[in-house]
Amino acid sequence: MPGSAGRDASAYGVGVAFARCDDGYTPDVHEAAETRETREAGEAGVASGATEAMEATEAKLTLTVDGSARTVTVDTRTSLLDALRERLGVTSPKKGCDHGQCGACTVLLDGRRTLSCLSLAVAQQGRDVVTASGLDDSGDLHPMQEAFVEHDALQCGYCTPGQICSAVGVLEEAAAGHPSLVTDPDVPAGSAVPLTDDEIRERMSGNLCRCGAYVDIVAAIRDVAAQRPPVPSR
Amino acid sequence: MRPFTYERALDPADAVARVAAHPDAAYLGGGTNLVDHLRLGVAAPGRLVDVSRLALDRVESRDDGGLRIGAAVRNSDLAAHPSVRHDFPVLSQALLAGASGQIRNMATTAGNLLQRTRCRYFQDVTTPCNKREPGSGCPAVEGRNRTLAILGASEHCVATHPSDMAVALAALDADVVVLGPSGERRIPMADLHRLPGDEPARDTTLDPGELITAVELAPLPAARRSAYRKVRDRASYAFALVSVAAVLEVEDGVVREVRIALGGVAHKPWRATRAEEALRGREATAEGFRAAAEAELGAARPLSENAFKVPMARNAITATLRGLVRAAGERA
Ligand SMILES: Cc1cc2nc3c(=O)[nH]c(=O)nc-3n(C[C@H](O)[C@H](O)[C@H](O)COP(=O)(O)OP(=O)(O)OC[C@H]3O[C@@H](n4cnc5c(N)ncnc54)[C@H](O)[C@@H]3O)c2cc1C
Ligand code: SF4
Ligand code: FES
Ligand code: FES
Repeated sequence: MPGSAGRDASAYGVGVAFARCDDGYTPDVHEAAETRETREAGEAGVASGATEAMEATEAKLTLTVDGSARTVTVDTRTSLLDALRERLGVTSPKKGCDHGQCGACTVLLDGRRTLSCLSLAVAQQGRDVVTASGLDDSGDLHPMQEAFVEHDALQCGYCTPGQICSAVGVLEEAAAGHPSLVTDPDVPAGSAVPLTDDEIRERMSGNLCRCGAYVDIVAAIRDVAAQRPPVPSR
Repeated sequence: MRPFTYERALDPADAVARVAAHPDAAYLGGGTNLVDHLRLGVAAPGRLVDVSRLALDRVESRDDGGLRIGAAVRNSDLAAHPSVRHDFPVLSQALLAGASGQIRNMATTAGNLLQRTRCRYFQDVTTPCNKREPGSGCPAVEGRNRTLAILGASEHCVATHPSDMAVALAALDADVVVLGPSGERRIPMADLHRLPGDEPARDTTLDPGELITAVELAPLPAARRSAYRKVRDRASYAFALVSVAAVLEVEDGVVREVRIALGGVAHKPWRATRAEEALRGREATAEGFRAAAEAELGAARPLSENAFKVPMARNAITATLRGLVRAAGERA
């Protein structure tokens, strides 16, 4: 590894001791204060300062994915979605558009629904990722998954893992009192928002379904909302 | 995609130092606009400095009753904040009218302000665009411009600013706090974004390397009666064709305080000062609202595909103000 200067990459958290120079990119010399880097890097996990003559465009990353600690070295350009699918073999999040427009790549990141296609993997160091396949520890179906099966809330199924992660996020957000655009302003701040069909539709609008299973998706979520489901297992 | 290095800033000053020293460095917030631009080739920084985990993630009450909103507060958390919902409902509504639940969980206050236009030519690197490539021309002037500007545009660029949140902040006269290599300064919202003129590549008046650290709201009791109305092609998850943020205080049928900003119509959130002037101290009537809207839109210069936005904006302004009057239990 040129430029790794004999340092242990793991000392840097996200820290990176690999420099790539096979792609025509000529990095310039890094000038950040090395001492502070070294002092803070474990926690701040910066990718800088790890090399003297070359800059790092790869990064070592540790994440929890569906309950297991996973470590992978990625090009800094890699999205969380590609890291999961291509590098870690976690294929339940789907790539629909890769531009934040469809929701197929939705995962729960530290418990919040997030688009993995617009998340850089390298920026997620230390975070907890739950995909549709890891919603239930025990290997059973999560209540939201059962409801989707029960209500036939899919046709081809491509959007489904994203719909399910998003729906689990919706339940959490509503329970935590997060309003939506259609929430009655008289619902006091901080108290749980009842999930009417209008609420479900508005809150799920970031998940497109080309098969048009929307009616049954709303029915499935309505059912689980009515049962006051447990919080996601992680 | 051009390779880049990734660094996580330790604190705001460290972030500024890291970016200011490198002309090709960029700040990374939630990434919902920038990562898309990296992939599209619209942006090609050599170095990303992540500011999304800085301790700028709190909404704090100021002693005077105003709010200080950290630059890294997520849009969903800001929209849900009790003081925002109670004291500045227009801001909560504008945030909730934007993007999707997932994107709002990711997007930051600063990133939202600095998101770039959704003009299709800007986003398509195979076409010319003065904003992306100065001097290459503006195909939108004669091309597809249905979603673009009717106010304040130039022959060089007719783009619109896409943020909903920024429109509410413009109506609320927010201040944007920025940290640069030579210290901190405050920029009134009205001066943060600029009109395209002959320099459409510059969206804002920020200097290179300046970091947004916070947005501040002075207390504005009238804002408890405020609303955001967004007109779009579908009911949710679409950018505004036209939007209106308004604050209205009516006493004994007379307009005491009014602030109106428009979205989807210009290169920046458009503060409708002419309409405000036409309303202040006058009777709050539907006809008055309409006439004020028309006074503002007299300056509109619609493009080949977007003349519909003029009556749409007029109706949206009128309906928003009437809604606020009704909510106050008065008549108009
Ligand atoms: C499908 C889709 C639909 C959308 N619909 C809407 C909509 O209806 N309404 C709406 O308003 N928005 C909409 N958005 C846009 C969304 O709101 C923005 O992408 C988001 O707010 C950007 O915030 P971010 O933190 O992710 O910014 P980033 O993508 O991280 O950054 C955006 C810009 O800000 C700069 N930046 C970030 N932080 C700082 C800082 N602290 N100081 C200085 N510069 C900084 C970055 O360098 C970059 O140039 C939509 C987006 C998508 C993908
Ligand atoms: S309107 Fe502005 S952003 Fe769109 S093509 Fe013209 S110059 Fe580019
Ligand atoms: S693949 Fe992420 S939103 Fe479409
Ligand atoms: S089930 Fe086919 S896209 Fe939704």
